[in-house]
Amino acid sequence: MRFWRTPLDADKMKIPRGELHIIVERCKGCEFCVEYCPRDVLEMSDEFNSKGYHPPKAVRPENCVNCDLCEMICPEFAIYCLTVEEEPVPVEGGKTS
Amino acid sequence: MSPKGVPEAVIAAVSSEEHPIAPFLRMDRMPHIWCSTCGIGTAVKALVAAFEKLETDLDKVSIVSGIGCTGRVAGYVRLDSFHTTHGRPIPFATGLKLANSELTVIVFSGDGDLSAIGGNHFIHAARRNMDLKVICVNNFIYGMTGGQAAPTTPLTAVTSTTPYGNAEPPFNLCHLAAACGANYVARWTALHVRRLTKAFAEILVKPGFCFVEVITPCSTLYARKNRLGTGLDIMKYYHDNTVIEHGAEPADTDIVFGGPIICGKFVDRDRPTWLEYQDQHLGEVLGDKYYRGKVLQGAGER
Amino acid sequence: MKADPIGVRTGTLYLDGDRATAEGAIAAGCRFFAGYPITPSTECAELISERFPEVGGIFIQMEDEIASITAIIGAAWGGARTMTVTSGPGISLMMENIGLAIMLETPCVVANVQRGGPSTGLPTMVGQADVMQARWGSHGDYEIIAYSPQSPQEAFDFTIKAFNMAERYRTPVIVLLDECVGHMVEKVVIPPADTIEIEPRRLTDAAKDEYLPFAYGDDLVPDMAIAGMGYRFHVTGLTHDERGYPEMSVRCQEWLVPRLVAKIRQNADDIIEFDEENTDDADVVVVSYGISARVSRMAIDLAREKGIKVGFLRLRAIWPFPEKRVAELAKKIKSYVVVEINLGQIYYEVQRCAAGRCETLLSPHAGGGVHDPEDIFKVIEKGAKVK
Repeated sequence: MRFWRTPLDADKMKIPRGELHIIVERCKGCEFCVEYCPRDVLEMSDEFNSKGYHPPKAVRPENCVNCDLCEMICPEFAIYCLTVEEEPVPVEGGKTS
Repeated sequence: MSPKGVPEAVIAAVSSEEHPIAPFLRMDRMPHIWCSTCGIGTAVKALVAAFEKLETDLDKVSIVSGIGCTGRVAGYVRLDSFHTTHGRPIPFATGLKLANSELTVIVFSGDGDLSAIGGNHFIHAARRNMDLKVICVNNFIYGMTGGQAAPTTPLTAVTSTTPYGNAEPPFNLCHLAAACGANYVARWTALHVRRLTKAFAEILVKPGFCFVEVITPCSTLYARKNRLGTGLDIMKYYHDNTVIEHGAEPADTDIVFGGPIICGKFVDRDRPTWLEYQDQHLGEVLGDKYYRGKVLQGAGER
Repeated sequence: MKADPIGVRTGTLYLDGDRATAEGAIAAGCRFFAGYPITPSTECAELISERFPEVGGIFIQMEDEIASITAIIGAAWGGARTMTVTSGPGISLMMENIGLAIMLETPCVVANVQRGGPSTGLPTMVGQADVMQARWGSHGDYEIIAYSPQSPQEAFDFTIKAFNMAERYRTPVIVLLDECVGHMVEKVVIPPADTIEIEPRRLTDAAKDEYLPFAYGDDLVPDMAIAGMGYRFHVTGLTHDERGYPEMSVRCQEWLVPRLVAKIRQNADDIIEFDEENTDDADVVVVSYGISARVSRMAIDLAREKGIKVGFLRLRAIWPFPEKRVAELAKKIKSYVVVEINLGQIYYEVQRCAAGRCETLLSPHAGGGVHDPEDIFKVIEKGAKVK
């Protein structure tokens, strides 16, 4: 993450990490999760589930910050995030002072 | 089963894991009957999120629905749940609440159910300030019966019974609820999941008649008949055309076809509930002879 | 279980049938009442509104009769014993949710003080033309229990019975008064609370994860959970399986609806009540109920004075109908004479059960008043001449 200067409490800040779970068979392909994921983790898959819908797929799962928006907005209860260990804020290009 | 190129570790098939909402729903009834992009499921998720947030004792929460797409909510939520007749969830809930005032009673139903066939019950429950949490999913149309006009259908909108466009002015449900005396009135869309959750959390602990209108996409009927695109297009419409205006005068929040949707918490006041007023008034008039008064006092003394 | 003394006004009172119904309800433990004013039933609601605050009941005047019946069903699921009272157009409005009460197997009591119809008809005057509506008024197949008091005393007694039967069979029960009985003022003896037997609710004691809301035993009546007990059950007006879940199938309909009907039919002998007099040697048997039964007595006396052998079958419970007894008597008599304030309702039921074994004659009345005993006598005379 880039900062103008490294925050003084950078060592205390954590980035939440989410582990994404997609219940492919329950999905009805509405695309809400894909559209509203603020970290662009998801894309629609080319594949079909057995109901004939395209489920989402996690193309950048490492970007997931466990914000839960996909889980909240999914009308099918077909996607959710679980908390995984939080990571320290990686600091690049900033100067400490 | 997993889409191509995605690590197995981040994808779970339906059989192996269950959604965290599972303890709150009757998972043996999933998948639900609602169409792809229908917002009712999102509204249900927001209600569950409010339960989680408040750590509600769910044994003391009952949910009552009428008939229609939203009427099916009662059948999916793992609470004491009552799927009643068309338009009648409010009087049913009134009896339930008054028979056991310890219960939190939620009415979860659609715009047609609550404002057409059930309109009379709606206004009177609001007038009495009956202690009910009324959640109305408004998709501007009758979904279950195939897309007929509702009292909420905006002027000029096409439905299967207004094939040339609706020529009847609609109800503004928030204005109606507020005018009749509701303690709490808010409107959000299916896109506003966090604010919706907050509104649900507020009404679950607020006494009196609380009304939340949830504007949701109906892509199968309303959007198709009016050429509004997919459910996602409607969500984008909400994104671009919603104006959040807390405390707006409810009379100024009419929904016009193709116009902005004013959302927010419009009313939050503290009129006494029906039962509070009864207890207070009858206690004053009858004194010691008022049985509930004696019971309530006894409970206070203990 | 005995009645709670707080609700029982033990003593000899002077009451009309409407108020006696209210006293019966309170004595039976009714603690939730929702109603809408309608002549000639309103006195019942008025007395309840006056008495309830002192006994811990909740009285609410709803916006219409649909709301009233629905509220009492909701209150029953909240654990209360519940009643509503109405008449004419009101009972027509209630039919939708009497069906819901049947489908959800909800114990509740509906009193209908019959007036002249159709439509607004004769609001202040008597009728007995809702008898078939009580039986068949809501759509779909079902059985109902209905009582027909002929006096304020019976209005009190039968209302308690109605509450007990509603609990025993988990069904709405109708108390079918008529305007005359509703408004007639007579002595009503209210016994001590410890002599009034009250049927407790059939609450389930199943383990929470094992409870099936519509699983049943030999008497075909499922045990009930009420809201707040922690069972987190579901009930629906849709055709449902033993879990209470909707299931739209012929198989489920066949599992459910015949049982709803059978739980009453199979137990009909427990419910059916009638008075029978002088039928041993009778040529003619008068069948009547409610106020018409009392008018019929005068005609019967008249006929006996003229030497006609007349018996009397007075229906205390109208539904279920005493089919077996009516069929038996038909074998040995010349004719039935049915006396009712309508143009033939129970008449057809008697005719069906007599099945051609004897004549069935009707002494009709279009409503607004009671029969002239002389008119009934003429029909009895005709019935005696049947070969």
